[in-house]
Amino acid sequence: MEMLKAIAIGLPLTVLVTILALMIGTVVALPIVAGLRSRNRLIWLMSRGLVDLLRGIPPVVWLFILYYGISIGAVRLSALQAGVLGLGVVAAAYLAEIFRGAISAVPKGQWEASSALGFHRATVWTRIVGPQTARAAIPAYTTFAIGLLKDSSIASTIGVSEIVFMSSQYARQSGSGILVFFVAAGIYILLSVPLGLLSRHLDIKMRKAVAR
Amino acid sequence: MNNLVDVAIEYGPTLLGGLKVSLTLTILSLALGLPIGLLFSFGVTAKNKAFRYISVFFVEVGRGAPALVLLQLMYYGLPNANITLSSMASACLALTWTTAAYSAELIRGGMQSVPSGEIEGSHALGMSYRDCLRFVVIPQGLRIALPSLMGFAVLLFQATSLAYSVAVPELMSQAYSIGSSTFQYLPVFIVAGLLYAAISIPATWLSVGAERLLSRHL
Repeated sequence: MEMLKAIAIGLPLTVLVTILALMIGTVVALPIVAGLRSRNRLIWLMSRGLVDLLRGIPPVVWLFILYYGISIGAVRLSALQAGVLGLGVVAAAYLAEIFRGAISAVPKGQWEASSALGFHRATVWTRIVGPQTARAAIPAYTTFAIGLLKDSSIASTIGVSEIVFMSSQYARQSGSGILVFFVAAGIYILLSVPLGLLSRHLDIKMRKAVAR
Repeated sequence: MNNLVDVAIEYGPTLLGGLKVSLTLTILSLALGLPIGLLFSFGVTAKNKAFRYISVFFVEVGRGAPALVLLQLMYYGLPNANITLSSMASACLALTWTTAAYSAELIRGGMQSVPSGEIEGSHALGMSYRDCLRFVVIPQGLRIALPSLMGFAVLLFQATSLAYSVAVPELMSQAYSIGSSTFQYLPVFIVAGLLYAAISIPATWLSVGAERLLSRHL
């Protein structure tokens, strides 16, 4: 019980890092998607290169670059800032790919019909293609969010005191390592169950909203 | 920029040595994990209860828990059960678990997309269950699962960077020790990152290529 308490102290930071990184990732992904869809070869090449570089380098390396490597004058990022920022930009690259796939999953006829009806470009995005993209992206988005929840453990390597950090600290002082880490594993599994359920619920709800 | 080149030249050999350890760890985990994953892919739907429960336990924990937790479990946890492994062995064991768990699901997905007509056909031809699996389901299922397994291998290679937390002398821990002795953190980590990218970006292209090649006839 004492062990559970010690580990649970890390829970809020795990959730915080996951949510903030997901928010940063979602926002930063939008301009990247625009770049990936651009007809300008240079912009396309730059966005493609950015996505490949962000995904090709492990998240730990990004966190270490931000935490140990970057200093603006005498100011350094705190562990939490570096962790959220690093996981956020890596998430942006993965989410950009997810959004790009979801946009191309919207049938071509929808585009053609909206231009035939003379809709404004902004209206097409907000009322026609946007909602359909969101629906197509939800399963992959929630799967990614569950992955990000687990990846938030990487922030423990730069000293963010989330679940893994707290459990390895407790394991060291109590000497009951196996149980501690199994409990930590159990917490992650329990946390990802409601996310999975939410994903299924949203998917069903949005499927109903679209008449086929 | 000059700094970056200097660091790359001076510490290149050490970092490349670390990269070799990372690659070894990746290959060992794949070599051990994939066969176990194949076994688990049958286990999770097996009729034998003991086999099924064991498979479901390993698959769900392996996929549900972060690789970092498994690594620390093997390195800091197992000594409590009087099993003390070297850092390399415990990292290998943890990543094998991850590989087995993820590949079990990927392989199961591949097997399930083998058309049921193929299985009915082999029944009609009087093939035994074992022959049906060996000659019909497994070869086709693995072929379907191959691109996603290659994609997973790239993620596993990146995950070996977490083994630095259990003192495996791989690329990331080499970079960290160089960084902390010279205080040239930024250039060292950038060079290390580029080394990771130099392997994982082409490997990603390879998996995309494999997907195109294999979906040609579908």
